[in-house]
Amino acid sequence: MPSISRRVGRAPGHLVVPSPAAHPCSCGDNRPRHPWPRFFSLLTMLLFLCIPLCAAPEKHLSVYSTAANYSLPIVQRQGRDYIGLLELLEPLGTVSAKTDGLHWRLHYNNILGEFTVDKTRARIQGRDADLSAKFLMENGRGLVPLASLNSLLPRFLGGPANLHEESARLFIGNVATHFTALVAPEDPAHLVFQFTAPVNPSVATEPGKLHLTFSHEPLTAPASPTLTFASKTIPSAAYSEGNGAAEITVTTNVPLMAGFSNDGRTITLAPAKSLPAATVASKPAMPAPQNVQGAQSPPIPSSAPRRYFAVVDASHGGADRGEALSPTLAEKDVTLAFARRLRQELESRGISTLVLRDSDANLSLDDRAFFANTTHAAVYIALHAASSGHGVRVYTALLPYANATDDDRGPFRSWPTAQASSIPTSQAAAASVAEALKKGEITVRTLTAPLRPLNNIVTAAIAVEVAPPASDVSSLTAPDYQQLIAGAVANGIVAIRAQLAAAP
Amino acid sequence: MIPRHFFIALSILLAAVLGMSIYVWHMRGRAAATPVPSANTGPVVAPVAGNTERVTLYVAYDDIGILRAQPAQVPLPSVRQQRAEEVLRALITLYLDKSSPHPLPPGSDIRSIYLVDPGLAVIDINAAFADGHRSGVLAEELTVASLIQTLSANIPGILKVKILVEGRQRETLAGHADLSNFFDVSAINQLSSQLQSTQ
Repeated sequence: MPSISRRVGRAPGHLVVPSPAAHPCSCGDNRPRHPWPRFFSLLTMLLFLCIPLCAAPEKHLSVYSTAANYSLPIVQRQGRDYIGLLELLEPLGTVSAKTDGLHWRLHYNNILGEFTVDKTRARIQGRDADLSAKFLMENGRGLVPLASLNSLLPRFLGGPANLHEESARLFIGNVATHFTALVAPEDPAHLVFQFTAPVNPSVATEPGKLHLTFSHEPLTAPASPTLTFASKTIPSAAYSEGNGAAEITVTTNVPLMAGFSNDGRTITLAPAKSLPAATVASKPAMPAPQNVQGAQSPPIPSSAPRRYFAVVDASHGGADRGEALSPTLAEKDVTLAFARRLRQELESRGISTLVLRDSDANLSLDDRAFFANTTHAAVYIALHAASSGHGVRVYTALLPYANATDDDRGPFRSWPTAQASSIPTSQAAAASVAEALKKGEITVRTLTAPLRPLNNIVTAAIAVEVAPPASDVSSLTAPDYQQLIAGAVANGIVAIRAQLAAAP
Repeated sequence: MIPRHFFIALSILLAAVLGMSIYVWHMRGRAAATPVPSANTGPVVAPVAGNTERVTLYVAYDDIGILRAQPAQVPLPSVRQQRAEEVLRALITLYLDKSSPHPLPPGSDIRSIYLVDPGLAVIDINAAFADGHRSGVLAEELTVASLIQTLSANIPGILKVKILVEGRQRETLAGHADLSNFFDVSAINQLSSQLQSTQ
């Protein structure tokens, strides 16, 4: 995900020399000053400038499985990488944990794992398992060494798990996506990547290089990490992995553009002006996000096939905790758990789903709308949680203008009312989801709401606010309740799938 | 030897000190016995000159998540802007009551309302209102709908509303309800109809 930063500086090539008259202590004082204070000031400034530059980026483990692809934060304890075991297993099946003094018991489906704080051995289904380092517990959360996952997970999952520890990527089961890269025989300036499954990388360029970063795809290395081509324009490409993502770096002498085809299985790189119009057709009128700074990945062309049918957005995240549902429970954590469960339910019904916030990251509302719009999904579902009321509320956008489409300019849509033309589809989706929830005997209301980013989304968009079934807020985290609601929402989306797919 | 007049003066001063001490001790005891009224954190409403009129307040009820139209008698001045402020202050006074169906944080108040022709009303709420407001889509939406519906029902001619906090634009009320855009009064009317039903 591109980082967005505010840059403060002055134009290059200009050196600002402080005027002696401007110095507060220089009024007519021509005595030579000692250089040490100035030296120390400069040193302090350099030190402060270096701190953010030297700060290590937050590490994440990317998990790829047939049930779901997701990422989790890695924590550093005692000089080792650790991961929350419950959070890791949660999207893969029914999981619960119980703390009893120094003992931590985890149930995954019907398998029991017993862990003890500061012990390097655990018992899974009554048999010992080596953890390679001490088991840790923090606020009831069990942490296991990252390195132990290769031996630990097969015992829980009953199948293979392959951890790429250096790059923090975990492959569960047979989920690898392979690729080939060939220079087109008819035009050596074209490089064609073929993938065994649809991919959706982010594309970034720098002078002489183009980077394809695969954060959500289980891309695996080719036979040789460096590929060379008989092309003067594109002489080579290199595969690398790091911090939960795979990257292909293409070396080039000219600016390149990426075109997607074959249902997202083919990426063609070609000099900017020579790519066929069909593959890089101009993006449809997309409202520009407000206040978005920094580089973004290029828009996906309208002719590109839909790679995700649904985008699920776990609201809040990072410093934005959302509502404090209880002294220990933040809305952002409940929405993330719901989002992962909903993805599982949707994908089990054949609906490809992207979870927009799949970690404790902070995304602005504009960013959420931007990423949802560029994904070209058929439906956007924002998830919220609340302590007040009961059951579920399903919202569609309340637009700021009565005649919202009047604000559009030709093919360009107004950002605050981008949702205007999709309101009927959104209302149909909300009604379908509400109907499915009612079938599950869940109290439900459908309302409009002034709730961003619903009004900035160009496709069908709904928000689902989940309240506890009774007065007990802790039931929001109960797997059964989450499962019931996620299943009903997924059923509602499936019921209206054809209408959503047909919407422009 | 101490002169006699010094001795007399010193005795008088000592007697005065003793008398004042007894008086202060007595007053302190009385002050402690008097119950201190609890701090009134409600808005301080300026005296209003005008006839008492019947207005309709759209009151939010958190327990069932609805808005209810509720008549009230409010003294209203003749100036349109002041009438708007008094109507919303009557609503907020109701919400600040102990038995409020939709509690607002202590000290919540309307700083001012600006009426700009044609049809724009700008409601400026104070920081206590927004900073202490409960978070949640429905909880915030009820507040916004209650304010706008009450205002537009009692002050004719309002088509659009903008809500500011301490005179500045804010992204959301408490993390959910969008305050960065204008509110279309006809859309809020429809929302209020939805909110008056529990279905």
